[in-house]
Amino acid sequence: MIEITQCDLLIVGAGPAGLAAATTAAKLGVKTLLLDEQLAPGGQIYRAITETPVQNRAILGEDYWYGASLVEPFKQSGAHYQPGATVWAIANHTAPDAVEGFEVGYSVAGQARMLHAKHILLATGAQERPFPIPGWTLPGVMTAGAAQILLKSSGVVAGKRTVLAGSGPLLYLVAWQYLNAGIAVDAILETTPPGRLTKALPHIWGFLRSPYLAKGLKLLREVKSRVKIIKGVTSLEALGQNKLEQVRYSVAGKTETIAVDNLLLHQGVIPNINLTQAAGVDQRWNKLLLCWEPVVDEWGNTNVEHIGVAGDGGGIGGALAAENGGRIAAYEAAMQLGSIVRAQRDTLSAPARAQLERAVRGREFFDTLYQAPDQFRMPVGETIVCRCEEITASQVRETVKLGCPGPNQMKSFLRCGMGPCQGRFCSVTVTEMIAQERGVSPEEVGHYRLRFPTKPLTLGELAALPQTDDSRKAVIRMKKPV
Amino acid sequence: MFNRLPETQQAIIKRPVDLTINGVAVQCREGDSVAAALIAAGFSECRDTAVKEVPRGPFCMMGVCYDCLVMIDGQPNQQGCMIRVRAGMKVERQHGAREVQP
Repeated sequence: MIEITQCDLLIVGAGPAGLAAATTAAKLGVKTLLLDEQLAPGGQIYRAITETPVQNRAILGEDYWYGASLVEPFKQSGAHYQPGATVWAIANHTAPDAVEGFEVGYSVAGQARMLHAKHILLATGAQERPFPIPGWTLPGVMTAGAAQILLKSSGVVAGKRTVLAGSGPLLYLVAWQYLNAGIAVDAILETTPPGRLTKALPHIWGFLRSPYLAKGLKLLREVKSRVKIIKGVTSLEALGQNKLEQVRYSVAGKTETIAVDNLLLHQGVIPNINLTQAAGVDQRWNKLLLCWEPVVDEWGNTNVEHIGVAGDGGGIGGALAAENGGRIAAYEAAMQLGSIVRAQRDTLSAPARAQLERAVRGREFFDTLYQAPDQFRMPVGETIVCRCEEITASQVRETVKLGCPGPNQMKSFLRCGMGPCQGRFCSVTVTEMIAQERGVSPEEVGHYRLRFPTKPLTLGELAALPQTDDSRKAVIRMKKPV
Repeated sequence: MFNRLPETQQAIIKRPVDLTINGVAVQCREGDSVAAALIAAGFSECRDTAVKEVPRGPFCMMGVCYDCLVMIDGQPNQQGCMIRVRAGMKVERQHGAREVQP
């Protein structure tokens, strides 16, 4: 027999949304299981919060250490927790005499397992937006988020000749944390185009009331006083034979080249949609953030009954929004599972909703300010678009000219999006490039169809799943009755 | 190039984890991912790509990009950023696509 774990509520992802949701639901008596791909809780924003070797709190800052306040209540809540677990499939229950709910396939340390859940909350967070510039595949080029993960989880920091490039709060946060740790940053190549502040100004009212305002401005001031900031960068190239050697950039038509060892790229984050999309959750194109995001109501519900979404995986809102969105979605799940009634859900979730409203204030301001410029989202020429299959921008553009209308057809022509990352680092790029070539909107072009398994799985891993009698009979030829 | 912060060096001196990377003996910190151990040991590359066989190194460090694939104890296509170091581990550069093993 297959060993099955049965739970009422399955939460995927142990970032702020997943931790807060699991704590909330378990405390209400819901049988809750939290599966997380990482080996320790925190997600990426609070990565390694329980085990970071960087114990000088001034380095990572108090906003990071706040994450510890989510872990202790979670441990006390009675929620079950399985770290190191990668979910790769969610399906409706197919067993005979099915109980209501889902069958979920996941792997722990290379071994496939199955579980049953009545309600699922996906809190799979965000990933870095692709930053397709020439040479971005060279060793020595990394995302700023990757550098931050190295710092948080291992205390590993960039050495000499390090340049940060792009835009957005995380770029400055990494620079600030490096400065706190005594690490020099040679320059920040700022790609925010001139005139953006004017464009963002209509949203200033929300930003002025944002909880991030005072902290954000202080951080910016500190970084600007100690790091050379090169503003208005219009082109960016990573150069080198087999690894990064130089960065070439242009400002106001003038091109400069600097020798570097490390280039850390960042131009915002986008929701990690592979699991939600494969599970059948409707996605829409966010015109301001220029990415796909699941269509989620104010309680975290989606078009798929009993599949909810919380946190940045449901639309970028940041850590505090994710945490409170997680709580709200947990109350909703508890109500749908019959642990509380509607009136209780409404009363209990009110404080989280107030916190959520506060947390997202001002986002429109910096989402407008830091929107990634066209030339860094829709590359041309020999710049690699699909890192896995090594497909270039000109190949994608030529294929559109040949009549290929969308990303799914593009797979058959070029294999782009079909490597191990399963389109995670080219999906938005390919959609936008096709839309640009065809002169239509990204919505009209659509996105890669993402299927299970949503993470690479070896046949051996899958075959190691014990068989039920029914599944065995389904593939064994039976003698025909005479 | 990347380095370790001095305060984390102490953890390695106290409780080192010994492994080899491309045959070179390396000491790292308990709790490091394989990709972090590679980077801290000065390897910016971990493999040659499957299509053009050009050098590639870890890129996202969070399990999304699959650029940090390495051979671990003879097993190809292992995600370096998602696997923690163990004493005696043999980490090797992966050359091109993995071969089907009998």
